[in-house]
Amino acid sequence: MHIQPILAALRRHKAGTVLIALQIALTLAIVCNALFIIHQRLAHLSEPTGIDEANLFVIDSEWAGQPSEIQVDAQIKTDLAALRQLPSVRDAAPSNSYPLRGGGWDDFITMTPEQVEKTTDASVYISDEHLIDTLGVKLIAGRDFRPDEVLPMGEKESKSPPVAIVSKALADKLYPDGSALGKSFYTMNTSPVTIIGIVDRLQRQEVDTWSKDYVYQDMLWPRRLDSQSGTYYIVRAKPGQLAQAMRDAPKALLAQSRMRIIDPEDGVLSFAQIRHRAYDSDRGMAILMGIICAVLLVITGAGIVGLTSFWVAQRRKQIGIRRALGATRRDILGYFLTENLLIAAGGALLGIVLAVAINLWMIAHVEMSRLPLFYMLAGVIVLLALGQGAAFAPALRASRVSPVEATRTV
Amino acid sequence: MLAYYFDLALRSLKRTPVLTALMVLAIGLGIGASMTMLTVLHVMTDDPLPGRSAHLYTPHLDPLPLNYKGIDLAGDPNANLTWPDAMALLQAHRASRQAAMAGGSLLVWPDSATRLRPFYVDGRYTTADLFALFGIPFEQGSGWTAAEDNAGAQVVVLARTFARKLFGSANAVGQSVRLGDHDYRVIGVVADWQPSPMFYVDASANRYGDADQFFLPLSTALNQKLDINGNISGWSSQSDDLHSASVTWLQFWVQLDTPAQAAAYRQFLVDYSAQQKALGRFQRPPTNAKLYSLMGWLQHQNLVPDDVRLQLWLALGFLFVCMLNIVALLLAKFLRRSGEISVRRAMGARRRDVFVQFGVESALIGIAGGVLGLLIAELGLWSVRQRPDDYAHLAKMDPAMLFCTFAMAIVASVLAGLLPAWRACSVAPSLQLKTL
Repeated sequence: MHIQPILAALRRHKAGTVLIALQIALTLAIVCNALFIIHQRLAHLSEPTGIDEANLFVIDSEWAGQPSEIQVDAQIKTDLAALRQLPSVRDAAPSNSYPLRGGGWDDFITMTPEQVEKTTDASVYISDEHLIDTLGVKLIAGRDFRPDEVLPMGEKESKSPPVAIVSKALADKLYPDGSALGKSFYTMNTSPVTIIGIVDRLQRQEVDTWSKDYVYQDMLWPRRLDSQSGTYYIVRAKPGQLAQAMRDAPKALLAQSRMRIIDPEDGVLSFAQIRHRAYDSDRGMAILMGIICAVLLVITGAGIVGLTSFWVAQRRKQIGIRRALGATRRDILGYFLTENLLIAAGGALLGIVLAVAINLWMIAHVEMSRLPLFYMLAGVIVLLALGQGAAFAPALRASRVSPVEATRTV
Repeated sequence: MLAYYFDLALRSLKRTPVLTALMVLAIGLGIGASMTMLTVLHVMTDDPLPGRSAHLYTPHLDPLPLNYKGIDLAGDPNANLTWPDAMALLQAHRASRQAAMAGGSLLVWPDSATRLRPFYVDGRYTTADLFALFGIPFEQGSGWTAAEDNAGAQVVVLARTFARKLFGSANAVGQSVRLGDHDYRVIGVVADWQPSPMFYVDASANRYGDADQFFLPLSTALNQKLDINGNISGWSSQSDDLHSASVTWLQFWVQLDTPAQAAAYRQFLVDYSAQQKALGRFQRPPTNAKLYSLMGWLQHQNLVPDDVRLQLWLALGFLFVCMLNIVALLLAKFLRRSGEISVRRAMGARRRDVFVQFGVESALIGIAGGVLGLLIAELGLWSVRQRPDDYAHLAKMDPAMLFCTFAMAIVASVLAGLLPAWRACSVAPSLQLKTL
């Protein structure tokens, strides 16, 4: 196939050629950035939490009538006893928060009390000696809390306990050499916190972009937080009995005391629901990006079909002459496909530059990382294939032009 | 003549139905996507109080110690004021009106006759001037006085919805309502007042959420230790005492009627900070004190999430690709009719006439695309409303945006038709006629 005559012909359709190449370039730039965003969001929302999600649910019990902290403490203890006795429940723990809740208490961590810049930031889970079993996380070093370490704690008390269990990610951040067990750190307080245990992966309360530097960094405090507004009960059902436990538990709590409010809508949430809520915006963004990409490709493809059809119709006579002079159908088909390939390749080159430019703009203005080469290559291949596919039908029609056309005057 | 062009354009469009449909679809999708996102942006950044917002300002001080280290995390502590500072600004009376406020959430114990279960409502603890400051209209009764403010009166103003819920259609004024552990006398009912975004709430609150359901005197709330909704940032050991000079939690708004008054108030804030610094309370430069206008404050708060901005750019990029698509197709289409153009030109049509003829054809595509775009935008907004985001329920099209959609569709298609029409009208007739 000679490229020379194709280029000569394209020179006579400069505007059309440039427009379609531009369109391909922009489509490529948008699609590969969008695909990258989709991939990031999907990867983000499939991050594991490290807990036994299939059997967990959370009850948000708000107190009615402003009980005192002493009353709250007693109520939490009886509530927990009631929950743990349920036949469908394996274990239950009180907590100020839970993974993927979307926000909550977190503390700066420093290595010395004088340090001004924080070393890192960790989510705080305030609970008792049942939390590790309830969540189903693995204790990989040290020990769990002893019941006598779990003390009541007032809502506005910000004093950290003398001992804590930390996640592996936090332990590794504070003591990269792996010697964290038994060592201590500070949480905006003058008294040290000693690490008595390390748990394997445990997701933070929030998974927003601001917290991505602190991913999986959290600590467990042996305290019962007696908040006058309410508490969360994290409940682990026995395998296969989640639905049953989710029905039983609120009833058991209301039987203990009616001076509480469990929201009928979201007072009891299974972990599947919690996960769904936490990642809803990411999922929505991925779906939207996907739709826009698909529509964009269809529009671009349709544009190529339209333009190639016009060019074919415009050149019927010339095609007829070529056919009469001995060009085979395959030659004609090849001509239009090559023409399209040349335009698409030109567009793709420009598209790569645009894609990088858009990516750099996003890095500067929104939270975004560098576009990997793979996405650009994938985008180029998709667009070249799209161009060939779109040009094929008009090109096939061109190849069917009869040599007789050459003899017609108009 | 325009009617004739209109007829010509219709005929031309009908001759290539698939292509016409493709162009209409392209412009419709591009416009639909763009208008969906523009409408979302429009409702998120709309002026919450048209007519009044230009005179509303919020002062901000910088009472933080020099070595404060928590600024990047729990929100900016300087977004709010401390109790002593708010009271000092309030008593200085340098603005036409001023009010200090904080959000609150209280458990309501409805009268047993209503058969309602106890429920939580969100409202505001505020000083007396708030109603006049923001122009909240009273339906019954009135607000409280500054004197009652200082005395910590047991009074409350309810929003209409809440009052109806508790007392039905009966007059609520004079009734008593139990909120938390205390009984309050209802002294007024205000219309449901919901500026959007809720510019005056704490940064941690939902700015697109429900209107305030009650208004309680700030001092009463403080005396009775009612729960505060919002960021409470402290930087000393006494950080659980809301009266403390090192705890920020109050929002403060003032009305300043003229630019001169605003400039004077700005200077007053700097002077106040300098005075506090001289007293040893403030450590940072007095010029850190700021006075934001209402719209300036919303901008500073950066209410539009990254995702929304990204989606807007995506939609606009999409529209641009659609336009390129249409330019290419129209160009091919118009140039194919070179013969027809040449005949018209030879018969005496001026270039301008040819240009207008094709302009009409592109505009026709634009109108059809606008109608389709409107439908797609309504669909898009409906899908936005299904989202869980706090602003989602606001995503509705208003007349201004409706007009915008049409204008944008027609402008876009006429713009897209410009180059093809110009190329078409500059076809050299003699050359074309020879080949016929």
